[in-house]
Amino acid sequence: MGVLDLCGSRREDIDGIVGQAGPDLAYLLGLGPIWASPDPLGISGVMTAADAIAAGHCASVLVVGGCAGLSATIGSADQGLLHRAGNEFVSSVGMYTAVEFALIARRHMATYGTTSEQIARVSSTIRNNGHVNPEAVFYNRGPYTIEDVLASRMVADPFHLLDCAIPAEGACAILLTTADRAQDLRLPPVYLLGAQQDYFGAPYTHAPSWDLRSFNGGPDDCIGMVGHRAANQCFELVGLGPPDVDVLELYDPFSFEIIRQFEAFGFCKPGEGGGFVMDGNMDPSGAFPTNTDGGLLSYSHNYTGQTHQKVGRCVQQLQGICATTQIPGAEVAMASNGGAGASWCWVALLGNERP
Amino acid sequence: MSELLPHPEGVPLPAPTAISQPYWDGCAQGRLMYQRCTVCDRTLFDPTPICRWCGSSDTSWQVSRGLGTIYSWSVVWRPAGPEFASPYAAIIVDVDEGFQILANAVGCEPDGLFVGQRVGVEFHPIGAGFSLPYFRPIEQPERVG
Repeated sequence: MGVLDLCGSRREDIDGIVGQAGPDLAYLLGLGPIWASPDPLGISGVMTAADAIAAGHCASVLVVGGCAGLSATIGSADQGLLHRAGNEFVSSVGMYTAVEFALIARRHMATYGTTSEQIARVSSTIRNNGHVNPEAVFYNRGPYTIEDVLASRMVADPFHLLDCAIPAEGACAILLTTADRAQDLRLPPVYLLGAQQDYFGAPYTHAPSWDLRSFNGGPDDCIGMVGHRAANQCFELVGLGPPDVDVLELYDPFSFEIIRQFEAFGFCKPGEGGGFVMDGNMDPSGAFPTNTDGGLLSYSHNYTGQTHQKVGRCVQQLQGICATTQIPGAEVAMASNGGAGASWCWVALLGNERP
Repeated sequence: MSELLPHPEGVPLPAPTAISQPYWDGCAQGRLMYQRCTVCDRTLFDPTPICRWCGSSDTSWQVSRGLGTIYSWSVVWRPAGPEFASPYAAIIVDVDEGFQILANAVGCEPDGLFVGQRVGVEFHPIGAGFSLPYFRPIEQPERVG
């Protein structure tokens, strides 16, 4: 109901819902018959909703994700809270998400000389955005320096504790509608300019190797560069490039993933991501402010709902309504879900000018 | 610090499929098995019903010499679950026959791993008749990363 109140939409206008809890929510909100899709994730959910609207199946769609009560049932601080089921080739090795992404990061460090300090620069920057955001789980817990990150205990080398997102709970809802209908709502409309998905396979079931390739990929298409094709196609579709992006809300389950995405999405060259973040590019005052709410590292990693938050924060930035770390005059925003350790990565471009 | 050791018994056991059974039989007998496509001659790992490269389902099992090079590594201090003893090291090995395998390192200090290190396979039981492949440093070339 929050998003409906916020933008002044009426419940009776909703004729579509996307999300893992979509059917439950339809009932709870007293909706029906409506169009529905069980797509659990943010960018794919938005793509699904946009396609359904374009096809005429519905006109105003809620895309929702989140979780509540899960953390109490699946672990403690001593156990792998996000320990994936895995399979016969990963479970006995002792793999979980931090290790998956650590093996990707370590390969980048060995190949390009990326340092722990550069990786910690990502953590401290994002966590400081969370430090000033009253809505962040880690609000007022900083500020953090590179040294603070490096002094936190090691989880899975090269990741220290402060390089890792902490599971939390919460939810995010996005309202998608036609451009014409959006003009009548209370908040300024934000347009989905383009989105694309890159998949290499099911996550957390194979060796997370930077160089894992497929028979049909181009020279730059490997797990380590996943999202490269998606970002390129997205930029081409909308006639924009990385320099046109004003703010980024990128998948940050572990800090290194930001360095990787800057390279994969074409914001800098392969191998230059470490220096790129050290130069302040991702700072709120930099050329490409990133994860302005505190990201998954500090705002909240609420399971599938974190994928919606990336889109949601882009929308808020483009509407100019962020209470903290609002990027002045932001016109184009980029969101991502998924990363190299997961072997899939999706991107979306949003803008506040009607394309 | 102390030397990296094999996992204690009690870590999650594999659940072999008809496709992977020859691999696990090999591990139990101290042999590192992989597949080779008989059409395009590419090496294949993990065990697969189909060649990812040419699409052929005509593959044959081979025995690796068990030698390779560390491609990436992570020493894990916060274990995947209480059944694991930390620290342990997850590594990806470039095996000489031309495939990569995810495994654990043994026989060196946690701070002794590096990309490019030469390693050799050995097997240790984890219970219920299963053994896992582990890799131990076998020489120390110039450190590259």
